[in-house]
Amino acid sequence: MTSPTETPETSGAAPSRPGAPAPTAGPALEVTGLTTTFSRGGRQVLAVRGVDVSVGAGESLVLLGESGSGKSVTIRSILRLYGSSARHTGSVVLGDQDLMRLDAAAVRAVRGRTLAMVPQDPNGSLDPLRPVGRQLEQVLRLHGVVADRKAARARALELLALVGIPSPPRVAASHPHELSGGMRQRVAIAIAVACDPAVLLADEPTTALDVTVQSQILDLFGDLQERLGTALLLVTHDVSVAADVADRVAVMYAGSIVEEGPAREVLENPRHPYTQALLDAIPRPTSERGHLKAIPGSPPVAGTDFHGCSFADRCALAQESCRTQPPALLPVADGHRAACPVANPVVAA
Amino acid sequence: MSPAGEPGPAGEKLLDVVDLAKTFPNGTRAADDVSFTVARGETLGVVGESGCGKSTTAKMVLRLLQPDRGTVTFAGTDVLRARGRDLKEVRRGLQLVPQNPQTSFNPRLTVRSSLEFNLRAHGVARRAWRSTVDDMLVRCGLRAEQGDSYPHELSGGQLQRAAIARALVTGPDLVVCDEAVSALDKSVQAQVLNLLAELQSDLGVSYLFISHDLSVVEHISDRVLVMYLGRVVEQATAGSLYRDPAHPYTKALLSSAPGAPGERIVLTGEPPNPADPPSGCTFRTRCPWVMDTCAAERPLLAVTPTGSLAACHLNLTSRPALAAPSPA
Amino acid sequence: MTTQAPALAPAAVSRPRTARRARRLPAPALVSAVVLAAVAALTLLAPLISPYGPLEGDLAARLQPIGSPGHLLGTDGQGRDVLTRLLHGARPSLLAGLLPVVFAAAVGIVLGLVAALGHPRVHTLVMRSLDVLYAFPAVLLAIAIAAALGSGISNAIIALAVILVPPVARVTESEAMRIKSADFMAAAQVSGAGRVSIALRQVLPNVAPGVVVYATALVGLSIVYAAGLSYLGLGVSPPTAEWGVMVSEMQQYLFTAPSLLLVPAVAILVVSVAFNVLGDGLRDFFNVRTDAS
Repeated sequence: MTSPTETPETSGAAPSRPGAPAPTAGPALEVTGLTTTFSRGGRQVLAVRGVDVSVGAGESLVLLGESGSGKSVTIRSILRLYGSSARHTGSVVLGDQDLMRLDAAAVRAVRGRTLAMVPQDPNGSLDPLRPVGRQLEQVLRLHGVVADRKAARARALELLALVGIPSPPRVAASHPHELSGGMRQRVAIAIAVACDPAVLLADEPTTALDVTVQSQILDLFGDLQERLGTALLLVTHDVSVAADVADRVAVMYAGSIVEEGPAREVLENPRHPYTQALLDAIPRPTSERGHLKAIPGSPPVAGTDFHGCSFADRCALAQESCRTQPPALLPVADGHRAACPVANPVVAA
Repeated sequence: MSPAGEPGPAGEKLLDVVDLAKTFPNGTRAADDVSFTVARGETLGVVGESGCGKSTTAKMVLRLLQPDRGTVTFAGTDVLRARGRDLKEVRRGLQLVPQNPQTSFNPRLTVRSSLEFNLRAHGVARRAWRSTVDDMLVRCGLRAEQGDSYPHELSGGQLQRAAIARALVTGPDLVVCDEAVSALDKSVQAQVLNLLAELQSDLGVSYLFISHDLSVVEHISDRVLVMYLGRVVEQATAGSLYRDPAHPYTKALLSSAPGAPGERIVLTGEPPNPADPPSGCTFRTRCPWVMDTCAAERPLLAVTPTGSLAACHLNLTSRPALAAPSPA
Repeated sequence: MTTQAPALAPAAVSRPRTARRARRLPAPALVSAVVLAAVAALTLLAPLISPYGPLEGDLAARLQPIGSPGHLLGTDGQGRDVLTRLLHGARPSLLAGLLPVVFAAAVGIVLGLVAALGHPRVHTLVMRSLDVLYAFPAVLLAIAIAAALGSGISNAIIALAVILVPPVARVTESEAMRIKSADFMAAAQVSGAGRVSIALRQVLPNVAPGVVVYATALVGLSIVYAAGLSYLGLGVSPPTAEWGVMVSEMQQYLFTAPSLLLVPAVAILVVSVAFNVLGDGLRDFFNVRTDAS
C-alpha cells in the first residue's frame, strides 16, 4: 500500500528548507515530452506541445503563464483528468510508475493518494451538504490510511490543525458555506495532504482569494512543504504568487515552456523575450502612466499552429528565422534554460 | 500640492459623493458614509478587497442601485433624483466599463449594434452612426470592421477595447471603470491601461477607477481611496499613498504587493462578516497596532502629517511611523 | 495602437470557423422541415389536386378500403373520397394549430417582458393572473371556453390561444429574468436608453430564440388540441372536412373499416411530431451563440 515516497520516515526526515536537495535520489515527479491533443469537431487542437518538468521532494515549481498558455491543461494532463477526451504522448513518472502507462483504475488509486490536487475554487470540490470534517474523514477512509472511524476523526482534526485552522473541532462540524473563502481553501488543502502525498498539484489556488488572505495561504504551502517534504507544482498567472512560493519557475506560452530556472534568476534576470515583456508589463511604482511596456497583440488561442517560435508575432526581437524554426529550450546559465536563440546567442554546449 | 482630500487645482468638482450608505436586506453593510469627489480630467482610484463596498459604491454612483442615504451630484445634477432630460444628460456624461468583457456585451448583437444602441439613446442622427462608431473603435485600437463581429469572435482584450469605445461613444465626462482590467492577462492589461491613459489625455475624461489590484490603481490614479468593510479608511494622492501610507490596512495591502520594499506585514484572519461588523474601527480585529480606543470609538477621516486623510486613531496619537509591530 | 494586428490573424481565423460549422439544423429537424413544407404545399394546392369535391359523396361506394381504384385512401361512411377530405381538411387543421400559437406568442412575449422588466408589483399582478389560468387543466379550460363561445373554428382558435398564452408568457418571463441580471444589462441601463428600447433591442433578441423554439413545439400540441375540439363537436362542425372531424366520423366504423380511421389520425400525428422535432432542432441551432455568451 505504501510507496517509498510516503512512509512516515521520509516525511519525518523531509528537508527543512525548501529548495534543499531531496534526500532521495531523483525527482518526485518527472514529466518528459508531455503533449496533450484534444479533438474539437474534427480538428486536432494541440494544447500542450512537449513539456518537460521535474519537481524534487520538498521543492516547489511554479508554472507561470497567461490564459491559453496550457499551464492548467498540463497539470490536468499529469493527473490524467481528461480521460479519453484527450490524447497524450510523453511520460509522467511518479516514484517508479509512469502514469501514462497505467489503466484508469490504477490512476484513480494514485490520485488523491500520492498525487493530490488543490483546486482553484474550493466551493466546487467541497460537498455543500456535509460537514467538512466528515468529508476529510471520508477521504482518509477511502484511501485506507486510517484503521477505523475513530482514527479517521482524530486524524481529520490533526490535519485541520496542520493547515492552520484555529479551532479544528468547531470547523470540522461546519458546512462549507459557514466558512470564509480562506478557511475553505485551508480545508481543501487539508484534504489534499490527507494521505501524505508525494506531490501536491495546485491550480491557481489563491486566485479566488483576497490579497491579504492570499499571502496566508501561500505561506501555508511553504510551511507544509517544510513539514511534510511534499513536492509542489503550482500553476498561476500571477507573477507575485510565483515570486512568493517558487524555488523554480517555468514560464509557459502557447503550450510550451519558453524559460525555466531558479525563481530569482527567472524573475530578476529573465532570458526569454516573453518573460522579459511579461515582467515589464506589470505596473510598478516607477512606471510612467500611459507608458507601460505592453506586449502587442494578444496571447494565441489554444491550439493555434506555429511553424517557428510561438511568440514571434509579438516579439520585438523577432527575425525571419524565428518564424520558421522552432527554438529549443537550451541552457543559458546554471540550471536556467530559455528557448530563444536570438536573445541568447551561441552557447557552447 | 493641495491636500489629498480636495480635487487637484486642475478641475472643478465633476462628481461629488456625500455620505453614501447602503445596507442590503440580509444585513450586509456594503457602504457606510462613503464620500469623495472627482475633478474634471482626474482619475480617482478606489482599492479594497472583495466585500469592501467598492463595487456597491460604483453601482450607486451610476444609479444602478438606490442608496439608503447620501447624495451623488454629477456636474451640478442630483443623480439620484434626476428625471427626464436631466437623467438623459447624466447618463450621457456618466458611463461604465464593466469588469468582464466576455459578458458585458449582448451576445446576440454585434459590437457595432451595441455601440449604436448608446447613440440611439441620445438621439444621435442615424447617418452619423457608422462614422462615429468607426472613429471610436479605431481610437480604441480596433479595426473598424471588427465592429461587425459578435462578442464571441473577439478576444478578451479586444472586447475590453470595444467596451471602452462603447463607454466613450457618447462623449462622457466621467467613466466608471469597475475592475476594468482585472479579467485581462497581464500583457493585455498593460495595453488597456495605456489606452485609458491616452484617451484621458486626448479627451479630458475623468475616471473613477475601481480595482482590487493596488499596483494597477496606483499606476493609473491621481488620487486613491482605500476602502475596508464599507468604509473609506484612507484617501491620498497616489504617490504619497505609496511612499507614506497612513492607515495600517493600507500598509498591509502595500506590503503584500509584488516587489514591495520593506518588511512584509501578513494580516491574520480574514475580513469580518459585513453583516456583523466589529464595533468602533472595523479593521481592529486584524490590525497589528490595535489599541483599547479602537473598539470603543469609530475613527473618522482626519488629515495626517503628510496631507492624506486616514481614519485611524493612531493618526491622532503617537504614530509609530512605519515600523513593523512586535508580534503580539 | 496598430500593434493589435499581427496576433489577430490566428484568433480571427479559428473562432468563427467553429461557430459556423455548428450553425446547421440537425438532420431530423431538416427532415421535419421538408415534411412540413410538403404538407403546406399540398394544403395550398388541395382544390387543384383533389380528385373529387370535399362534400361530394357516392353512397353506393361507401367505406371503400385503402387502395381502391379511383379512391387511393378509400371512402368514408358517406362515400366521400378520404384523400380529398384529407387534403381539404389540412387547411382548417393547420390553421387551428398555427393561429392560436402565433396569437399566444405575441401576447405571451409582451406579457412576459412586461412582467420581467416592469415594476415588481406589475410582475406580481401579471404572473399571478396567469397562475389563475394555470390552475385549470389546459384541455378542460379550452373545452370550457369553446363551449361557452359556441362551436365554430374561430371560437376554437380563440379558446386555444387563451390556454397557450400562460406557458409562452412564463417561458418569456423566466428567460427575460435571466437576461435581466446579465452583465450587459448594466451597460444598457447606463446607456440612458428607455425601458421599451432596452426591452426590444437588448432583451428580446435574447429571449426570442427560446420562445420560437418553444412555440414551434406548441404548434404540434395545438394541432392535437384543435383536432380534439373538433372531434368533440366544439371546433369545425361536420360536414366540413377537418382532421378531428374525420376521426370523429370514422370512429363509428372502427370495427368495420379500422384502417380508414388511421388516415386522419396518422396525419395529425405526423404533423404534430414534425413540429416537435423541428422545435428541438431549432433549439440546437440557436444554442450555438448562447453558448458563446
